[in-house]
Amino acid sequence: MRKLLLTFALLAAFPAHAQEAPHAPEVPLVADLSSHLVAITSRFTGTDVLLFGATDGPGDVAVVVTGPKRDEVVRHKTRVGPIWLNTNDVTLTSVPSYYRVVSSRPVEEFVPQTLLTRHEIGVDNIRMPTTDENIPLNQLAEFRKALVRLKTSEGLYDQGIGAINMMSNRLFRAELHFPSNVPVGTYNVQVYLFREGQVVAAEIVPLNISKIGIGADIYDFAHNLAPLYGLLAVLLAAGAGWAASAVFRRV
Amino acid sequence: MQIYLPIAELSVNIWLVLGLGGLVGLLSGLFGVGGGFLMTPLLIFIGVPPTVAVGTQSVQIVASSVSGMLAHMRRNNVDFLMGGVLTAGGMIGSSLGVYLFNLLKSSGHIDLTISLGYVVFLGVVGGFMLMESLPGALKKRPVAQALAARGPGRHIWMHGLPFKIRFRRSKLYISALLPAGIGFLVGLLVAMMGVGGGFLIVPAMIYLLGMPTQVVIGTSLFQITFVTAITALLQAIVNQSVDVVLAFLLLVIAVVGAQIGARLSGKVKGEQLRVMLAGMVLLVAISLAIGLVLTPKEPFSLSVASTP
Repeated sequence: MRKLLLTFALLAAFPAHAQEAPHAPEVPLVADLSSHLVAITSRFTGTDVLLFGATDGPGDVAVVVTGPKRDEVVRHKTRVGPIWLNTNDVTLTSVPSYYRVVSSRPVEEFVPQTLLTRHEIGVDNIRMPTTDENIPLNQLAEFRKALVRLKTSEGLYDQGIGAINMMSNRLFRAELHFPSNVPVGTYNVQVYLFREGQVVAAEIVPLNISKIGIGADIYDFAHNLAPLYGLLAVLLAAGAGWAASAVFRRV
Repeated sequence: MQIYLPIAELSVNIWLVLGLGGLVGLLSGLFGVGGGFLMTPLLIFIGVPPTVAVGTQSVQIVASSVSGMLAHMRRNNVDFLMGGVLTAGGMIGSSLGVYLFNLLKSSGHIDLTISLGYVVFLGVVGGFMLMESLPGALKKRPVAQALAARGPGRHIWMHGLPFKIRFRRSKLYISALLPAGIGFLVGLLVAMMGVGGGFLIVPAMIYLLGMPTQVVIGTSLFQITFVTAITALLQAIVNQSVDVVLAFLLLVIAVVGAQIGARLSGKVKGEQLRVMLAGMVLLVAISLAIGLVLTPKEPFSLSVASTP
């Protein structure tokens, strides 16, 4: 019904255009995921989600996948006497817990730096403001680099080149990989179409990653009803100890 | 086969966990040691976050000490008044310990504190065990004898303390501050390192308080049961670091291991095994120490900022 109304509205607004293209108004970019929900069960070992879409002609496609943002503390160890201990730390805010860029060729080749910065495309272009105001800029850069390095080694950050398959300049597909340690929450899959260094079209597809099953229930219980959880754990342990002594007394 | 630990938030090989739990259980049955001091560092080695290892271990110690305590209660080997005073001190110690634990966790020093604590502590325990068990090294245990000889009847500063109480079952008339202080220290250790503290409380009761050995083990188990129970509860509430799946995996296999160990203890040669255990304890201490001293491959680390 809504579609019908929309068609009427479009017909009224652009009668000339509607006559030229009688089927549907052409959009430069459409994209979707094979699944909008990733369920983490107790035997979850990572998964791939298929991103697919079409463009209205040649151009470059870049996809940015961002996980839920949170504040992270980056700590730096230095040697104090004989041992190594955390001596310096920086809190970076709105750090994506997961970040991945996939594109048909290196993004630097078809996106100018200003746009990379504006749309936070590429691991070096993620804005992560700090709450510490009096930290020197070069030191801050070092902490940011360390964060990206650590996240990359955990498999949570990645910049995959050539991960998008283009077919006849119109269709594209990409496998988005989510490792076993992927954080839960709402993810944004941002798809950009570039032509001559400009964003021609952009689309955002949401993706939900959540824990399900007994493990998730235990986690929620432990965090939401902590006193009851602790009490039950202790009582169960005491009961198990009592049962063991009762059983082995007879053996 | 992998199993997902919901609070530790990682998958571990179930056979590895069961193997370690069984081994520690076997050793604890064989030597009559608690096993917490071995299990916590081993859990850290296989990748369990130190906070979860410590919190979870306190639950497991509740289970293993309850069965021991019940056995001693049946034989009337528990001084309940003494146990109560020790537990009261222990509760204050463990509350402070859990608070400190949380403070160190948010300032980023908890991993170092736990590792450092274990290096000192396993070094001392392993060193003592090696000295005791190396044949001929200490034939008559002169240190222990000297201390024990001074036991009842001595009069030093600690007997001038106020709040004197008569502990009938232990045949003692001493200040309540003394056992409460010992309990406090043990409580602190339970909360911060995930050990039961039997290795500390038993010698303290014998040599410092001068309690009759007959009631020492039962009373110490009474204190350990209640202090670890309180600690586990506090860790669950304050730090959300108790993993029940891990705790119960370890608990079941450790009970079985302990029973087998207890049955084997009469049949095998104790001395060589003791040297081996001491060697193992020292090895764990040394490898932890190396980890603290060696230049780390990655000097940076990450953690999610705790929401204020």
